Amino acid sequence: MLTNKKQNIHGYFLTLLLAMCLKVLPLPDYLSRLNPDWVLLILIYWTLAVPERMGVFNAWCVGIIVDVLTGRLLGQQALVYALVSYTCLKFHKRLRQYPLLQQSLFVFFSLLFAQVLIFWIERIESTTEFTLIFWLPVLVGTVLWPMIYVVLRFIRILGQTR
Amino acid sequence: MEHRSSRLDNVRSLLSVFVYPVQLLVSLPIELTEKAFNTVLSYSDLKDENTSLRRKQLVDSIKLLKYEALENENIRLRALLENSFKLGEQVLVAELLSVNLVPYEHVVVVNKGSRFGVSIHQPVMDANGIVGQVIRSLPLSSEVMLITDPNHAIPVQVNRNGLRTIAIGSGKLDRLNLPFLPNNADILPGDLLVTSGLGGTFPQGYPVAIVKEFSVRPNKPFADIYAIPKAQLDKSRELLIVWSDPTPVPLMLPEESLKDVDANE
Repeated sequence: MLTNKKQNIHGYFLTLLLAMCLKVLPLPDYLSRLNPDWVLLILIYWTLAVPERMGVFNAWCVGIIVDVLTGRLLGQQALVYALVSYTCLKFHKRLRQYPLLQQSLFVFFSLLFAQVLIFWIERIESTTEFTLIFWLPVLVGTVLWPMIYVVLRFIRILGQTR
Repeated sequence: MEHRSSRLDNVRSLLSVFVYPVQLLVSLPIELTEKAFNTVLSYSDLKDENTSLRRKQLVDSIKLLKYEALENENIRLRALLENSFKLGEQVLVAELLSVNLVPYEHVVVVNKGSRFGVSIHQPVMDANGIVGQVIRSLPLSSEVMLITDPNHAIPVQVNRNGLRTIAIGSGKLDRLNLPFLPNNADILPGDLLVTSGLGGTFPQGYPVAIVKEFSVRPNKPFADIYAIPKAQLDKSRELLIVWSDPTPVPLMLPEESLKDVDANE
């Protein structure tokens, strides 16, 4: 039983690490503008799948690390991730029953909420002009959600059966 | 607010040490492909490159001879005018890490940090001109804001006539805006913009950009001018972090201190 849990933790850390790598992956300009928030997507999955393990505090810690990684205001992503993970925890029982398409809709609104918060915070501290392209990662993330769900569930089941 | 105070700098420095491996991991494949590409370069290519570099070095060293004489002459003339002069600069070569922090900002990460004495607001250059300035120095790496970032402004002057203005980043890598010049300003396409040294961050006289287009807007107070940065912002992988002493050195110094502080690599 104990070893099973450890396996799970490995999968959880490795996927988050991979997500952080994907988040800062150097891409051509047009692709990098589409790059979704991988860390948030994977956090949503783990919060829905293992809510007893993934809490708001864990999400906050991951957010702080992402803040340092991407050079943001310390606590910006942490706040966003904590809030999103709270809504996921609140609705996880219902969301797990939903078909994948309906889940995608929830993910869409979570990502949109996160992006709106980031938009507000960034507007306060900088003069960067945000165009409509700024919102595209939300759509890309939603489209990628079914794939992420399937892959991560495979990883989770792999960790449990071993 | 964290962006005004420095109280949380230690927390960020500590965390950045753990995050640095992630950044290295991401930039590793690109470095490896570059290395692989370099090892399979053919002999004749290398030979050609070697001869062309040798020729360039010869030309450059002759130019440098003249430059040294001119510099000494300049110092003597300034002494005649009872003016002050500035000491030379020290540089540190830093390599770019191939990571993309956020798509809507022009901030890059280099592999030299406060462990090498890099500190905030230091100017960063490449072989062609000013690249940007250090906005955050972490123990193992530092973040450099490029001059084309919309939040960045650099005081410049036209090399031809000394007209001073401010160049503001546009958010595009090949464009700087000069929004504060009137319609009758003496500035032409092709003019070289150099740093004016005002503001104290950037040392004086380094090339920044070349004016590309100057269009008069008849019913507006300011003209619409934009310039192309001299530095190869999207191509150079090696950047120079510069230490410059912004306070002018007074006259009447012994002969030794007139010499430049040598560049150490």
